[in-house]
Amino acid sequence: MSSEKPQGRILIWFLPALTGLVRRGLAGWAILIGSAIVAVVGVITVVSPWISPYDPIAINVGPILSPPSFEFPLGTNHLGQDMLSRVYSGGAIMFQVAILSVIVCLVVGVPVGLYASYAGGHIDQLASFVMDSIYAFPGLVLAIAIAAMLGPGVVNMALSIAVVYVPSYFRIIRSQVLTIKELPYVEAARMMGAKGSAILLSYILPNVIASIAAIATINFADAVLTAAGLTFVGLGLPVSTPNWGWDLTYGRQLLTSGAWWVITFPGLMVVLLALGFTLMGEGLSELLNPRLQK
Amino acid sequence: MPLLDIQSLVVEYRTPKANVKAVDRVSLSVEKGHTLGLVGESGCGKSTLGLSIVRLVPPPGRIVSGQITLDGINVVRCSNEKIRRVRGKRVGYIFQDPMTSLNPVKKIRDHFVEMINTHEPGVSREDALKRASDMLQNLGILPERIDDFPHQFSGGMRQRVMIGLALALNPDLLIADEPTTSLDVIVEAQIIELLKHLKEALDLTLVLITHNIGIVAETADRVAVMYAGRIAELGEIGDLFEKPMHPYTKALLNSVPNITKKDQILSWIPGAPPDLADVPPGCLYHPRCPFVFDRCKNEGPQLLKHDNSMVACHLYDKR
Repeated sequence: MSSEKPQGRILIWFLPALTGLVRRGLAGWAILIGSAIVAVVGVITVVSPWISPYDPIAINVGPILSPPSFEFPLGTNHLGQDMLSRVYSGGAIMFQVAILSVIVCLVVGVPVGLYASYAGGHIDQLASFVMDSIYAFPGLVLAIAIAAMLGPGVVNMALSIAVVYVPSYFRIIRSQVLTIKELPYVEAARMMGAKGSAILLSYILPNVIASIAAIATINFADAVLTAAGLTFVGLGLPVSTPNWGWDLTYGRQLLTSGAWWVITFPGLMVVLLALGFTLMGEGLSELLNPRLQK
Repeated sequence: MPLLDIQSLVVEYRTPKANVKAVDRVSLSVEKGHTLGLVGESGCGKSTLGLSIVRLVPPPGRIVSGQITLDGINVVRCSNEKIRRVRGKRVGYIFQDPMTSLNPVKKIRDHFVEMINTHEPGVSREDALKRASDMLQNLGILPERIDDFPHQFSGGMRQRVMIGLALALNPDLLIADEPTTSLDVIVEAQIIELLKHLKEALDLTLVLITHNIGIVAETADRVAVMYAGRIAELGEIGDLFEKPMHPYTKALLNSVPNITKKDQILSWIPGAPPDLADVPPGCLYHPRCPFVFDRCKNEGPQLLKHDNSMVACHLYDKR
């Protein structure tokens, strides 16, 4: 086994996975379509500096509020900015916020959830109490409150989304750990003299990882929506950063004057990215379950 | 000196309503190389007794008093780290339900590697895998199946894997807690054959917990019959099957179907075992016993030597 080259192993794993995905029916297609959407949006975002026809934050590159035309395929907004360039580059912030918030959630939520629910007793009660208190607030409202306290910025936005989401991780993990830690194979591990840490890391964690992956991708989708929402209410980022959230804010005001294109295309991108992550999450939770593999 | 020696062990489950004595003043010992069969109906405390030997009685259960000595190690008093090293290394344990006793996300090879490395960190992965495939081969599983996941095995094969895991480190004592209960009869016979074979080949000391008297008759050297947390009768296999003394043992043996006798109506034991949270006075078996007399209702019998066996019944206590 050890003589195999790692690249070879990845390829060997990847090719059957691709063809296997299609054979796995709906779940396989969900992952395939979801990851395709995310990949396309991701690539567009990364290469946006080279493919954008105009500087996304330069004003008056064209006429004000020009409808979609040959020169400006997605039209221009009230500042004369090119919407196509803004749609291309507006995703960068979304990805940064989403990835950062998911990382924070994973780093905080997973260890706390695993340890507290495995240990049980007072530790579990305390952690559950704190997490349930946070969970009791409506997500966006809490995110707005925290963002307002912390001020604008990518990190602060990610943090406020993470705070809202950590309880979901905690709850999902806790519910799974409470079931798994009573299962015979965990008892069997204890019988074989496994240490507590080994039981937690190699018997319980791998069995909850499918759920963690599922909630992480849904977290991605929600982070994109919340990031857009925070910017939409003016708590996100300075105007100088190209950002779908701002386009939505202005687009809403301009919609009444008939300029539907300013809000429609960035809005579609937000929906598309959220959809991609959600599809990925739905499928991934099945893919990571070895019992469902052939 | 016996390998395993248990002296007046008491294990209680403490609940808000009552303290339930699941194991009550049990004393027994197992010599090296011998097989002890532990029989009794569900809830008689035989599994709890097995778990006490590795100090893993689930809460709210706890060992209240008594001694368990395993090859010189005081199991009841020693440190957590010491008892952890006993589990798996000195004592192998096989469970009732092989379907859920293996980690579903790990390949069989990783089970073995983890098991071996937990107790012998110096062993390389290759050596551990070598040992694992040898073990699987001995158990009648093709070594190349070591790369499969547990769900790709049948129940009987999973139980073989469990036996392999339990024996991977050459433990002194193997505890099999109803190893065939969830398997069908043919697989059950195969597993029992396997255990007998391993016992001979490896000179294993075996504690076999079961409610199947037939299995005990086939494998055990000595038998302990448990009733309501106490030992009713303890003796050599031949004595116990030919001359059962305790009324409960007699009733148990009579309720086993016998194909050599013609059209016999199967007998059963009337009544149900006592609620251990609210035990009757005197002998715990007296409400169901056909030989009951006054002394049984007031005074609990002691486990006393009679002929070659030990029996806890006033019928044999001539004081």
